[in-house]
Amino acid sequence: SSGKYFLSVVSQSVCDYFFEAQEKAIDVENVPPVISTPHHYLISIYRDKIFFVSVIQTEVPPLFVIEFLHRVADTFQDYFGECSETAIKDNVVIVYELLEEMLDNGFPLATESNILKELIKPPTILRSVVNSITGSSNVGDTLPTGQLSNIPWRRAGVKYTNNEAYFDVIEEIDAIIDKSGSTVFAEIQGVIDSCIKLSGMQDLSLSFMNPRLLDDVSFHPCIRFKRWESERVLSFIPPDGNFRLISYRVSSQNLVAIPVYVKHMISFKENTSSGRFDVTIGPKQNMGKTVEGVVMTVHMPKAVLNMNLTATQGSYTFDPVTKVLTWDVGKITPQKLPNLKGIVNLQSGAPKPEENPSLNIQFKIQQLAISGLKVNRLDMYGEKYKPFKGVKYITKAGKFQVRT
Amino acid sequence: MIAKGKNASELFPAVVKNVASKNIEIKKLVYVYLMRYAEEQQDLALLSISTFQRALKDPNQLIRASALRVLSSIRVPIIVPIMMLAIKEASSDLSPYVRKNAAHAIQKLYSLDPEQKEMLIEVIEKLLKDRSTLVAGSVVMAFEEVCPERIDLIHKNYRKLCNLLVDVEEWGQVVIIHMLTRYARTQFVSPWKVDEVVDEYSENNFYDSDEEQKEKDQKLKTTYTMDPDHRMLLRNTKPLLQSRNAAVVMAVAQLYWHLAPRSEAGIVSKSLVRLLRSNREVQYIVLQNIATMSIQRKGMFEPYLKSFYVRSTDPTMIKTLKLEILTNLANEANISTLLREFQTYVKSQDKQFAAATIQAIGRCATNITEVTDTCLNGLVCLLSNRDEIVVAESVVVIKKLLQTQPAHHGEIIKHMAKLLDNITVPVARASILWLIGEYCERVPKIAPDVLRKTAKSFTSEDDLVKLQILNLGAKLYLTNSKQTKLLTQYVLNLGKYDQSYDIRDRTRFIRQLIVPNEKSGALSKYAKKIFLAQKPAPLLESPFKDRDHFQLGTLSHTLNIRATGYLELSEWPEVAPDPSVRNVEVAESAKEWTGILGKPKKEKPTEKFYSESEEEEDDSASSSSSGSESDSESEKEDKEEGSTDESSGSSSPSEESTDSESDSKESAAKKTCRAVNESDSEDIKKKAAGISKKRSTSSSSDTEYTSSEESSSDSKSESDSKSDSESGKSRNATSNKVNKKEEKPVQDRKTPKKQDIFLLDLDDFCPVTTPVAVPTAAVLSPSLAADLEGLSLSSSSVIDVPMQVSVPTKTHELLHRMSGKGLAAHYHFSRQPSIFGDRMVPVQVTVTNTTDQKIENIHIGEKKLPPGMRMHEFNPIECLEPGGSITATMGIDFCDSTQTASFQLCTKDDHFNVNIQPPVGELLFPVTMSEKDFKKEQGMLTGMNETSATIAVAPQNSTSPVIIERVVKAANLGVVPSGQDNVHRFAAKTVHSGSLVLVTVELKESSTAQLIINTEKTVIGSVLLRELKPVLSQG
Repeated sequence: SSGKYFLSVVSQSVCDYFFEAQEKAIDVENVPPVISTPHHYLISIYRDKIFFVSVIQTEVPPLFVIEFLHRVADTFQDYFGECSETAIKDNVVIVYELLEEMLDNGFPLATESNILKELIKPPTILRSVVNSITGSSNVGDTLPTGQLSNIPWRRAGVKYTNNEAYFDVIEEIDAIIDKSGSTVFAEIQGVIDSCIKLSGMQDLSLSFMNPRLLDDVSFHPCIRFKRWESERVLSFIPPDGNFRLISYRVSSQNLVAIPVYVKHMISFKENTSSGRFDVTIGPKQNMGKTVEGVVMTVHMPKAVLNMNLTATQGSYTFDPVTKVLTWDVGKITPQKLPNLKGIVNLQSGAPKPEENPSLNIQFKIQQLAISGLKVNRLDMYGEKYKPFKGVKYITKAGKFQVRT
Repeated sequence: MIAKGKNASELFPAVVKNVASKNIEIKKLVYVYLMRYAEEQQDLALLSISTFQRALKDPNQLIRASALRVLSSIRVPIIVPIMMLAIKEASSDLSPYVRKNAAHAIQKLYSLDPEQKEMLIEVIEKLLKDRSTLVAGSVVMAFEEVCPERIDLIHKNYRKLCNLLVDVEEWGQVVIIHMLTRYARTQFVSPWKVDEVVDEYSENNFYDSDEEQKEKDQKLKTTYTMDPDHRMLLRNTKPLLQSRNAAVVMAVAQLYWHLAPRSEAGIVSKSLVRLLRSNREVQYIVLQNIATMSIQRKGMFEPYLKSFYVRSTDPTMIKTLKLEILTNLANEANISTLLREFQTYVKSQDKQFAAATIQAIGRCATNITEVTDTCLNGLVCLLSNRDEIVVAESVVVIKKLLQTQPAHHGEIIKHMAKLLDNITVPVARASILWLIGEYCERVPKIAPDVLRKTAKSFTSEDDLVKLQILNLGAKLYLTNSKQTKLLTQYVLNLGKYDQSYDIRDRTRFIRQLIVPNEKSGALSKYAKKIFLAQKPAPLLESPFKDRDHFQLGTLSHTLNIRATGYLELSEWPEVAPDPSVRNVEVAESAKEWTGILGKPKKEKPTEKFYSESEEEEDDSASSSSSGSESDSESEKEDKEEGSTDESSGSSSPSEESTDSESDSKESAAKKTCRAVNESDSEDIKKKAAGISKKRSTSSSSDTEYTSSEESSSDSKSESDSKSDSESGKSRNATSNKVNKKEEKPVQDRKTPKKQDIFLLDLDDFCPVTTPVAVPTAAVLSPSLAADLEGLSLSSSSVIDVPMQVSVPTKTHELLHRMSGKGLAAHYHFSRQPSIFGDRMVPVQVTVTNTTDQKIENIHIGEKKLPPGMRMHEFNPIECLEPGGSITATMGIDFCDSTQTASFQLCTKDDHFNVNIQPPVGELLFPVTMSEKDFKKEQGMLTGMNETSATIAVAPQNSTSPVIIERVVKAANLGVVPSGQDNVHRFAAKTVHSGSLVLVTVELKESSTAQLIINTEKTVIGSVLLRELKPVLSQG
């Protein structure tokens, strides 16, 4: 874990309160994000096995701080490729420079990655070699003009030889399926992630065949809200590179098609310290596309010592410490349904587990947006060249849980 | 080293020396170091100050900004005056970015030296007036930090802040929204009291006639109408619910919660539910807030019930919060679904959560009487659960439930008595004992037996249980002393020698009460009443019940403790404070406006060809502003015209100006008022109207003095009217305004000249009015149209460049004298036709020498223009005397974009980087067209080419002269004569490509208006829309 200070100088000992709270919690997930200490308040986030803690002196909306800390973590991720303890330790100087630019006296300054990258160049192997030879630095000598413009997300003077605009429509199915296989709750959440590599400054507008599907949408700041309100068209001057254009929820009136079903038989016998485990996953017919990347994870009850299973397809692992069973299934072929079956060994003498564990399923379906959302067209204004445009659809399992 | 938390302060001198280093990276790191240790090593830190002072004067705004930033972060009290000075200077810096940093510095200085508060408030006041979106968030932050109590500073800026909000960066949005929430609570009356009334109305609307409605209104006396400013805040924040930033969404949600009418608050729930997809921390805070909301207004979140279903993978704290909300949302309709869901939760491996679920079931049972029995049975089943925590929790909840239902639950009590042998959790044991004691009369056989058992184990019990054993004993002694007298005394004896104070005290107390002896006769009589009194059932309440006294979304709300620096949200005022305090700006800007008027008039006389129309616009603009203000104002105006006879002479008032001068409201009548005055004939009136339509602007048929020319062209009636003119005049004077009289002689003097001009006009412009080629271009699909930009240019000659309309625009600073070493430069958009070429936007640059030496060879040096942009330089100025100033005209082809043109302004010895960024309104030139043509063109520019918005129109802006004045001031648009009072049309073309830009302002009811812009240049359209919006809504 790591501590960070902004605002005035605060003794490091304040972190002790945090460590105390961390010990008290059953697991890292349950450390309260907001902790009150005699003189300060600690607001923390937990990401990639690192706690980011901020020390607060006065009233502030907690989400303000949480959101900012996540941006910081995003930036590290962006700069170092991963947001890990070693990455931060290896790049302490850049971390300091970044925080310096992102915050002024506790108020966020530059949080757009485009501006930051103009200020401080991300480290690459090549550059670090060049730097050590030439003695130049990572700090850009150009001053970030983006900070001054009213479209801070876009750099000026962008040039590409291949002008491309890609949109990934990614939909996730959140669902809770009960014991009998009926759907307790299901919902489709989607995002459109874009990768825009276009020269100059252009105006894009993206329209959908069926925009009414989108029930609730949140936008990247570049999108003109009024156009959406009046015409249901996404009109925007895009940031350069990768970014999330919108996230949306599909209106709840639509029934969600659940692309897979799970047959399960899990039982623990009284007094024999063993149990049976038998799970089959199958695709529902109506899809026409292959379900792939199927993975099942199960948090087995504490009493489970070991599992002795055979899988007809893929491979499984069971971690006796965390009690997590992972079954990597892969692609489902309707002709031969994948099955995992075998014996569960329980701690002898322990009472039989009260409840069967729930199964978390992951899967992926390419070239399908489960909600039926379709991009109609993308138009570009303001520049003369013809860009290459591409739209990709993908459906994934979100928080997809089967109760047994 | 700092990063590792080691103390590096002993290295201070060595490090500080590097502050002057050329290497930016080292410089930055030194800054970091300085900020951290300066407070401890004050003397040495002073060494570095001069470096920053120098940097504060740097021509580059970013260097100025970062110097200010570091300087203000050095916490050394000695430099407070230096900081103050730097802040003051920076607050009037040209660059909004520097001003933003000044706002940040305010907070830092304030925390260093609170004595400076008064001075800082002055700076804050100044910065609050700033119109830049960059500054807004930071200065409001400073305001909140330094002087949150000075709510009066906000009044004038309130509307501006509301309008800017959408464009402010996200962090600033959060701060501003929170501040505005507090502000609104002090300034507007509550929209809640009348909610029910309003609802009633909407229902009744169908049945009641308007008359009845009105009566009702009166009956209710205080009908609530929301202050337009209140409404504006709600309307302007709503789009932010779509923000990707959770903090912004939450801020808007709390604003709606605290400010919106109850019927509208519901719109936030969808967005809040969306945030639940976010990471754990965001979920935690949002769920807490939803929990508070859902207690008061279940309806808001009921449709999203299932979104709060718990997953086994959620962290416990999230699970419990979700459960809390589910319980709050439970009602008769959904309880059965919920209970089924709860059953799953009870079996959860997470026992803490299972226990919480049992609590939740208990709460549902008390809140919804229909299911009490079901719940109770369910809970009793849980008593046989394997897990002790679950059982214990069930016991506690059952106890509470039985208390609320003191009916005949003897069976359950018996069952629980049996459980006593197995349960070890103290709370549960205590609860069972209490139950048996309380209802011992219902279980007369079991109770003494329980006492017997517990008496045996008394010494090994928990304190909590011991107390209940004592209680049980006492109660049994009173009701069934025959069987239990000895037992109770035994227990009391045990208690007497217990280790715990509490137990000993309680024992003594009970003994005195129940065992009759000589000393305490009085109370023991009532012992039975005391012990066996009916006890009120405990309320099973949500822990979020009373959290709503904290503003939602705040740290205090999350912790349920008042955090340092928490600003109380005031109650709604009974009577709204004067809403006009927020108006101030209007008068100011209007005055400012009339003030500027004189200047350009004087500048233009040379260009006679255009002068007429220019003056026309001037007049219409000026007179409309004055018209809206007061008579005295307009009189002044007239005098001004008299003095500059050139200009006023040509002031053949256009229709618009006529409108405003005549001050009357029926514009239709007015349009032809001159004609009426002269001829009094209906026919001529019509004709005149006809002419005015055909010839659009030239229709300024000021027949009084241009009659000769008029007659030469087409109207016969003019001759009659001429003879009539004197009498018409007098009528004019009486009917219209006194100022007409003053105008008259001047106008007459000018007549000969005017004739020429008008003849010219006619020749030039008559045939042009019907567009021919443009439609073809507009029919094409947008993308094609873009390709055909060149084509559409040719068509531009058809609609044509009519009268240049000049509205005095404000001057912008190009080069500050400080950064220009004494050379100052300003520029403004002259709105004249460019002499450099069709596509050039003319810019007038005024350079001033403020030094005491000559500046030689002022010229434009290196240019950094975005691709496609071109610039026509002005001729080098050979020599500029000290104190002298010269105006030069240059042309820039901005390619119809608002990109900045950067170039160097050079003197003989120096060069300065400057840039010009055009407002979108200056990328246009006005065109003339008739209403019919306008509609036709508009019809072809629909769909993608149309952007529109509903805007609020400040009441003082709703008259047509004001609208025209304001719109034309904001953008270089030509006025299209309109036959409707409530619709105003403007037309222009873009300078570079000549694409049509059509603007329509349609006034709607209740001080809103529809603003529509049609143009194939969608970027320009949307930017223009954004810029025009505040023009009418702001005061």
